[in-house]
Amino acid sequence: MLRRIAATRNIARSVGGPSRRLLSTTQPRQADVTLTIDGKEVTVPQGTALIQACEQAGAAVPRFCYHDRLAIAGNCRMCLVEVERSPKPVASCAMPVMPGSKVFTNTPLVHKAREGVMEFLLANHPLDCPICDQGGECDLQDQSMRYGSDRTRFHEITGKRAVENKDLGPIVKTSMNRCIQCTRCVRFANDVAGVEDLGTTGRGNDLQIGMYIEKTMDSEMSGNIIDLCPVGALTSKPYAFQSRPWELKKTESVDVLDAVGSNIRIDSRGVQVMRVQPKINDEINEEWINDKSRYAYDGLKYQRLTTPLVREGNRFVPAGWEQAMETIRHGFLNSGARGDEIKAVAGGLADTEALVALKDLVNRLGSENLTLDQNLGDAAPANSVDIRSNYLFNTGIENIEDADAVLLVGTNPRHEAAIINTRFRKSYLHRGAEFAVIGEKFDSTFEYEHVGTSPKDVEAFLSGSSKGAFAKIFNEAKKPLIIVGSAVTETKDGAAVLKAVSKHVLANEGKFLTPEWNGFSVLQRAASRAAAYDIGFTPSSSATSTKPKFVYLLNADDVDPSSIPEDAFVVYQGHHGDVGAQYADVCLPAAAYTEKAATWINTEGRSQLGRTAVPPPGASREDWKIIRALSEVVGSPLPYDDTDTLRLRMHDISPSLVRYDAVEAPSPEVLKLGLSTLSSASTSAASSTPFKKPIQDFYRTDPISRASVTMAECSKAFTKKDWPLSNVDDVAQASYA
Amino acid sequence: MSFARSAIASTRAVVRSSGRRGFTSSPARRSESLFVHRDTDYNNPSIPFEFNPENLKRAHEIISRYPPQYKKGACMPLLDLGQRQNNGWTSISVMNAVAKLLDMPKMRVYEVATFYTMYNREPVAPNFVQLCTTTPCQLGGCGSTKILETIEKHLGIHAGQSTKDGKFTLIEVECLGACSNAPMMQIGDDYYEDLTPETTVKILDALAKGEKPKPGPQTGRQTSENSAGLTSLTTKPYGPGEFCLPEFQ
Repeated sequence: MLRRIAATRNIARSVGGPSRRLLSTTQPRQADVTLTIDGKEVTVPQGTALIQACEQAGAAVPRFCYHDRLAIAGNCRMCLVEVERSPKPVASCAMPVMPGSKVFTNTPLVHKAREGVMEFLLANHPLDCPICDQGGECDLQDQSMRYGSDRTRFHEITGKRAVENKDLGPIVKTSMNRCIQCTRCVRFANDVAGVEDLGTTGRGNDLQIGMYIEKTMDSEMSGNIIDLCPVGALTSKPYAFQSRPWELKKTESVDVLDAVGSNIRIDSRGVQVMRVQPKINDEINEEWINDKSRYAYDGLKYQRLTTPLVREGNRFVPAGWEQAMETIRHGFLNSGARGDEIKAVAGGLADTEALVALKDLVNRLGSENLTLDQNLGDAAPANSVDIRSNYLFNTGIENIEDADAVLLVGTNPRHEAAIINTRFRKSYLHRGAEFAVIGEKFDSTFEYEHVGTSPKDVEAFLSGSSKGAFAKIFNEAKKPLIIVGSAVTETKDGAAVLKAVSKHVLANEGKFLTPEWNGFSVLQRAASRAAAYDIGFTPSSSATSTKPKFVYLLNADDVDPSSIPEDAFVVYQGHHGDVGAQYADVCLPAAAYTEKAATWINTEGRSQLGRTAVPPPGASREDWKIIRALSEVVGSPLPYDDTDTLRLRMHDISPSLVRYDAVEAPSPEVLKLGLSTLSSASTSAASSTPFKKPIQDFYRTDPISRASVTMAECSKAFTKKDWPLSNVDDVAQASYA
Repeated sequence: MSFARSAIASTRAVVRSSGRRGFTSSPARRSESLFVHRDTDYNNPSIPFEFNPENLKRAHEIISRYPPQYKKGACMPLLDLGQRQNNGWTSISVMNAVAKLLDMPKMRVYEVATFYTMYNREPVAPNFVQLCTTTPCQLGGCGSTKILETIEKHLGIHAGQSTKDGKFTLIEVECLGACSNAPMMQIGDDYYEDLTPETTVKILDALAKGEKPKPGPQTGRQTSENSAGLTSLTTKPYGPGEFCLPEFQ
């Protein structure tokens, strides 16, 4: 249905004619409609579904198939309401509001209709609630209690309908007997996730949800269909039979496994994180989170550093905090590190508080050698980070849906920011946005034109030498958008690419930089990166060439081993015994993101506060406290003793760091200043070395997901395509969990 | 062909034998209503299928009947075309070929092919006997039950099975819209109507010999006119101008 736009576009393209699309810069404002619901008058925009108007009038309407973020199906019939002068009850989800109509949601007719629908739904629904994982958060259970009858009139001697289970991979467990065919999962897969493999086969009583052929659901967003499923047909495989929803403590927090900063709800029992669910935030993740955010939590149980470790010869020996600190003091003094010889490396999972504390400490010790564990992280970044808009996703996650032509430079949004990718899918389907990619090709959820692979192609494309269809569209676009991947800025060509891009943006500033639109964005992929740039966690040019004698790795697990000299004293602070810990002389156990209240800055510069769901395991402590303690040991105590004073210090550095949930939009003047620093930078000529995807395996990008068994299974199933499609009914499904 | 034939026989046999079940509370499903695909040696995506040049021309003609952005509207006629080329059944390769031709996600084609009962997703024999057993056929003439018994006895198979020699497949279908000539059956594209057990056996024998019996009513009456002779419109139809005012004569 939605592919229509895409199809028309192709034709327009193939005949070389102008693409005829109806794009307007502002949402057409529609007339308001006033109607009466249960005697209460409400005014809603024209075209609103009746069910939403009922909601607005405070009348709860039960539903199964209707979901406000998905297309309307109208097949469950649970939302029947009575409309005056209508002979039959109407499905309120599929009925647009009519001016002056009188709607009743609480009449005998409606009650009878709901009871009847419920009876039909339950006629084929197994009575296995006690062993169903959805129990306690099941729409069918709740609504049958509220609207259903207490007995059925169906007594089929042949029994209830039986449907065989499907194997959708390591994430989604299916129990298709329970399915009520609301098709929410089908609509989600097709419209949001962009995997058009899920559908309905058969007809009538034999209708079933599946993919017809035996295969896994290859999507990084597949976990969301578990939340969408109103019954227990799709449940979580790793969470199977683990707990009941009423046993869980729910903590609202922020996801840190990519730089989007999706809002999540951490469900924990005792000291253990049981599952991670999305929390609605329309400005960021709407209602979705990707599978890594959702299922990497079991990595928090394995490979953890729970006690300080001190290296003795070839092995680590558990030690007390005091001993570990003392060892570091000795190591620090014995290394003789002075000034820039003290090097700090910040990893992707370092929180802002820890970054600030570490930077303060290292600066106090006289060093400017603050680096990041990325390619060329030792050098001053290619995008001069003095101006914030040079490294942030300026367009804003919410606004990218308005873009009509998007150029992706050296980035695969599907893996680097899966949530942002769903927004692209949306604009592709609903608005007919056009896409082009310069860089490695990837398996996308939207059609794109591949216009080049290397920095040279960026220059060539932006100078207008490209003759492709996209070049024309891009030049005529009203809201063009260029997204530069964070991996691009980490290459030698980064500055040259940014120079070419910023020159183009400045030359076309009427389209790229308007008060409503900012068409230049850098897409970060690590949760800590924006914060690190914000506080200036970058080396000075003299520090870059200094050989370090004391190296402090803060969550740095992607660090290049050759950047750590053999004789340097290395401290690793982090929560997992991953790559970084192997180089260390002393390991300090810290808290993971679920175990600390910390500030995270996402790729668009939005500051958000994560909250503590569970206590840190063993002897581990919050990151900034460790650094604070260490500062005392090395004789340069930091002037903050609690989070309040630390956040005051953050406020001193940049007020935006502690203005939670807000995005500080820079003024066009500042934007232009930032871009002109980029465009006037003296760079070497862009090479023709192709861009490389920074993420080869979406499911294994950081210490937490690398320690996760579920992520390992996902990697096997979706990245390596090596998932044994077995008869799901024969094997214990959660055997690995 | 021979492997397909054995495949027909074997699947149908398996289907029947699974009818004997132990104690379960849910009905077993026969393969006609199996709405998932299982790779088999005769039906899997690696078996190549492509429209032959003649059918491809026809396919493009069909596609051209639809507006370009609604190209996928041609899905059903193309599946039919594919089924005809593929010996009367729609294999997974046929569906994939149609999806490719129409730029549709494969699943959208699978949905269509599984929804409509006239796409056979299992191999069928060259003489695909579809006997109507809906109420009018059950009541009209000698009744379709008798015809079903006759065919089953004559071919030695039950509905839903194929003969061992691979010549006949028999299924029961719902109304085919020839109620006035009940009972009737469809073999291939032809309707055989006004059946009696004798004429049915005659038709089957002729088909077994490779002959093509005359389709239509088997009693010799003209299409669906009254079998007891005409009761109206029996006089000579009047010509132009007759019974008109003189000035118009």
